[in-house]
Amino acid sequence: MTSTLRIRDLDKRFGGGRTLFGFGAEKPSVHAVQSANLDVASGETLGIVGESGCGKSTLARMIVGLLPPTEGRIEIEGQDYAERAGKDPAAFGKLIQYVFQDPISSLNPRKTIRQILEAPLKLLHAMPAAERGARIDDLLDAVNLRREFLDRYPHEFSGGQAQRIGIARALAAAPRILVLDEPVSALDVSVQAQVLNLLAELKREFELTYLFISHDLAVVEAVADRVAVMYFGAIVEMAPAEKIFAKPLHHYTVLLARSAPTVGRPLGAPEAEDAELPDPLNPPPGCAFARRCPAATEICRRERPPLEENGTQHLVACHNPAR
Amino acid sequence: MNAGAFLKLFARNRLAAAGGLILVFVVLIALAAPILPLQDPYAQDTADKFLRPFSDGHFLGTDHLGRDILSRLIWGTRLSLVVGLVASFGAAFFGSIIGIVAGYFGGRTDNWLMRGIDMLMAFPYILLALAIVAALGPGLTNALIAVAVVNIPFFARNIRGVTVTLAHKEFVDAARLSGMTDIRIMLSEILPNVLPVIVIAMSTTVGWMILETAGLSFLGLGSQPPVADLGSMLGEGRNALITDPHASIIPGIMIFVIVMSVNLMGDGIRDALDPRLRSGALTRPMARTLVDRDAVPEPPANPALLDLQDLRTEFRVGNRTLKALSGVSLEVRPGECLGLIGESGSGKSVTALSVMGLVASPPGVIAGGAVRYAGQELLGAPFSELRELRGNRISYIFQDPLATLHPLYTVGDQIVEAIQAHRSTPNAQARARALELLNAVRIPNAERRLGDYPHELSGGMRQRVGIAMALANEPDLIIADEPTTALDVTVQAQILALLDDLRRDRGVAILFITHDFGVVAQLCDRVAVMYAGRIVETGPTDAILDAPAHPYTRRLIACVPRLGEGRRALHAIPGLPPAVDDLPAGCAFAPRCDKATDACRTGEITLAKSAANRAVRCLYPEGDVA
Amino acid sequence: MGGYILKRLLAAIPVILGITVIVFLIMSLIPGDPATAILGSYATPENVEKLNRDLGLDKPLVSQYFIWLGNMVQGDFGRSFSLNRPVLDEVLERFGATLILAGTSLVLCSIFGILAGVISASRQYGLADKAITFVVLIGISIPSFFLGMMMILLFAVKLRWLPVSGMYAIYGGGDLPDLLRHLAMPAIALAVVATGVIARLSRSAMLEVLRQDFIRTARAKGVKENRVVWRHALKAAMVSIIPVIGVQAGFVLSGAVYIETVFQWPGVGRMLVTAILTRDILLVQGGVVIVAACYVLFNLAVDVAQSLLDPRVKI
Repeated sequence: MTSTLRIRDLDKRFGGGRTLFGFGAEKPSVHAVQSANLDVASGETLGIVGESGCGKSTLARMIVGLLPPTEGRIEIEGQDYAERAGKDPAAFGKLIQYVFQDPISSLNPRKTIRQILEAPLKLLHAMPAAERGARIDDLLDAVNLRREFLDRYPHEFSGGQAQRIGIARALAAAPRILVLDEPVSALDVSVQAQVLNLLAELKREFELTYLFISHDLAVVEAVADRVAVMYFGAIVEMAPAEKIFAKPLHHYTVLLARSAPTVGRPLGAPEAEDAELPDPLNPPPGCAFARRCPAATEICRRERPPLEENGTQHLVACHNPAR
Repeated sequence: MNAGAFLKLFARNRLAAAGGLILVFVVLIALAAPILPLQDPYAQDTADKFLRPFSDGHFLGTDHLGRDILSRLIWGTRLSLVVGLVASFGAAFFGSIIGIVAGYFGGRTDNWLMRGIDMLMAFPYILLALAIVAALGPGLTNALIAVAVVNIPFFARNIRGVTVTLAHKEFVDAARLSGMTDIRIMLSEILPNVLPVIVIAMSTTVGWMILETAGLSFLGLGSQPPVADLGSMLGEGRNALITDPHASIIPGIMIFVIVMSVNLMGDGIRDALDPRLRSGALTRPMARTLVDRDAVPEPPANPALLDLQDLRTEFRVGNRTLKALSGVSLEVRPGECLGLIGESGSGKSVTALSVMGLVASPPGVIAGGAVRYAGQELLGAPFSELRELRGNRISYIFQDPLATLHPLYTVGDQIVEAIQAHRSTPNAQARARALELLNAVRIPNAERRLGDYPHELSGGMRQRVGIAMALANEPDLIIADEPTTALDVTVQAQILALLDDLRRDRGVAILFITHDFGVVAQLCDRVAVMYAGRIVETGPTDAILDAPAHPYTRRLIACVPRLGEGRRALHAIPGLPPAVDDLPAGCAFAPRCDKATDACRTGEITLAKSAANRAVRCLYPEGDVA
Repeated sequence: MGGYILKRLLAAIPVILGITVIVFLIMSLIPGDPATAILGSYATPENVEKLNRDLGLDKPLVSQYFIWLGNMVQGDFGRSFSLNRPVLDEVLERFGATLILAGTSLVLCSIFGILAGVISASRQYGLADKAITFVVLIGISIPSFFLGMMMILLFAVKLRWLPVSGMYAIYGGGDLPDLLRHLAMPAIALAVVATGVIARLSRSAMLEVLRQDFIRTARAKGVKENRVVWRHALKAAMVSIIPVIGVQAGFVLSGAVYIETVFQWPGVGRMLVTAILTRDILLVQGGVVIVAACYVLFNLAVDVAQSLLDPRVKI
């Protein structure tokens, strides 16, 4: 198994520094992503699951180079890219592309679809005008859109169509990896399925590697080979999809799976206490989930559990894993 | 937007068009000044000073040096217009550059540039202008520079604000990933989107700049004799205001006419360019939805607690009519939970809001049907009766609890208000009741939370407050409009469990609007499925989920990924829901349905009873239920 | 709260310093020999030499600035050569008159502007809305100095209701009713434009707020419509109206320059215009710095009011 994408100790803090030109008190800082380690194999789909504020989008933006990491390394096909993050996104552009959550706002309202699709061809691949036309036609075919859409503006499209255009733009760069940040959560379920199926086809056709980020466990299960669960800025569990859904080890994963409203399962309060996320400005010392965890013991409130192997290819950060 | 559409919108605004015409007229005359048969504006004739208007040879009279006022007025207008425009372009140019650069780069660049701008704004603007004129010396060019400099902060701040929002839009990130450099992004992604704002800002400030330069000239700090713009004419005339008022009234009126026509035109340009105004969104909703129906349907023999009959709600935007609801009938019985499910645009929320007349109007209009609560028809009821029911017998829980609670009142005050709107309860008692309600929705530290503002609570806690408010007057029915959609799943599970407990304990009926079959399955007794403004299927939840009768219901259930089924391809429904301003005849789902025949595409298909408590709007229902 | 005010006061210090820098830089644009330019026609060789020494005008620009600043901190703004009295005394005396005029106008425009805006918004497209919109349009288009002159013609010359100009009657004046009679026209003429601007803004702020979800919530609770408009909506709209009142205070102060000239009001604005025309640069410099500093403090008060209204503003 070769790693197309390799991430080591990736860290992101927001805020911090000092007020009043460095003389005042230290400003509060938020540790949005805490030393993330990931290896994504070529051709794999890695699902990243978590609720709002867990750091999954921050992680994704660092991986595509839109946000410079505070610390850590990003290697794509063996080359170190963390240095260039935030400075030269074009360096990333040919290897890794991003599909955004909100399809409409990811398209410039004052540009035609043709202009939008041409930009990566011109700027990343310096493709001459003669070849661009044919390439754009191919891209539209790939995402099942008609050619007469080319000279229209984004507001004339529905969410599903706009998302296809966003995917076509990402494909135009001919990347190796696509980071899909909640690509279907803004879409209606009937359209959601269309886009998910399209993504699966494209992956086969262009031999892509996917990083699929979502808050929806069921969607991730339908597309991912391997799943990483994030909670409060850290990866708390990572395993092949069938394992993580059959036998989750982290109590947060268990809670997440039980909370998803499902046909055929009665409604029961999944948590006795009405607990919520800890304060990110003032994180608790031990495991961030301890306050909500049914299996929490004294050590959980004191020490942060490391992410360790527990069974083959099954990583979990828990002192008392579920059985 | 193309130029034609812009002109059309602009011309529709009659006042703006009138302003535009006057301005064009004034500009043409000013441009033609050199070729018009005017007298020399500088020729003095002290013998003929202060001639009244309509004197021989001097149509508008003469000034204190006997100079022809008409000629001076036209030349002065020319000067004032040029100065105003140049100042305005100058301020817009430099202000926009500062604004775009600061807004796009953010961080330290933004900080330093905006600190500088704040310094300029710390002056009452004329002090700065006066200081500049004092340093450079009185004179029209210097006055122009002063006015332009003083207005730079206005542009810089406005443009920066817009740019900041744009710079955080995803399309800017996308452009970056397409390999664009910062300068290219600013020019090709940001600037086209900022341009309308610049134009709007300019059109609303040109008039102001003309006034400003006229003002400086009026004080004697602008144009110097013998050259006169309108301001200095007015200033000179003031010395003889009481004896010979015409010498000041004429230039004064001219300034007023120019500025007024510029302002009218500016408003027109703003209205035509501002997309929110174009869609008619900048109208305020009235206290209740307009009702415009021909007839009230006959009351049913045995009306339910809430009984909707053939409800038709439309959105009238310009000359388009969007039929959000094309005849919705449903009933909610006491104590039952009815789930209303559909995709976005299916009309489920409009149905919910129509009940108590809360659809924003304009543009919403209830064009037909009836809403009955315990037999009483609500659409035709006087507003005072409707208001009496709102929040009292029928209450609402809305989707996004941050937007739906008032940001500037404490949680306690808002619950107390809900109680006191219907019961004259002393404050202390209402407060005790509010506390009781917060405890009932299981908010920890309820006592302390009463004094919190909504932004101090988490999303889940805010929605609990929303529920507490809905329960305040022990209603018979709660209409919950996607109350958990904005929440994370683990919090959603808590809220759903809470709602289920409350309704069983208190026997309150719930109309639950959602797009999620899982939620319906867990919470609702019965379910109604909506598509394109109609109910296509209704019946007991279990029965429908086990054996959906309408092809849409079946395929919608099938395309939702369900946990525990592993990796797989999903069953998608091809195509898109129809636009509600262009509904096909017959079944609205026919174009996407694999069972559709010609019969499906013509005529009215009724919601027919299929089995016990079930009904379906389909000619070829699924399975053996038919 | 006390801490917040203190913090804002501290933050105002760099702003006021910035103002002095800007004024200093602008004044250094004056071409030619600065001392002669400052002293203008009143220059005698001794005066020029004394001024050069006093202001350190032979030193580099940066040290010149600090000498000037140091003098100001000690309350020494120099002497006005045209009036032959300390700049500080003259400015403070004149500023009092300006504050009476501008303060009255600000109160008038806030009250009537907000009132008009709320009524206009709550009856959007109704008769009241159209009438108010039209009057407001005229109000913001008419030059205040022209309006003042027309008011003099009508109310003072023709109807003889009010005095033509000045702050007090020359004989037997000086009491409050006399002041009010003199104040009426200039204060109204000065308030008209700002009233129009505040009314427009209040209208659009109200329309914006009335579309918000929390207004729908209030209606869904069964709150009476009057309360929805005047409590729920207006309170939320005030969050965007208050800063505009702060900005308008600057415009009213600025407009006072014209109005003081038209009505011969003995304020700081008229003083500045005269000072510029007589090239009394020290008086201009001192006047601008003092008035601008007061305006900074006023805006600080606006910010405090804003934080009292809106709990989301970080204290």
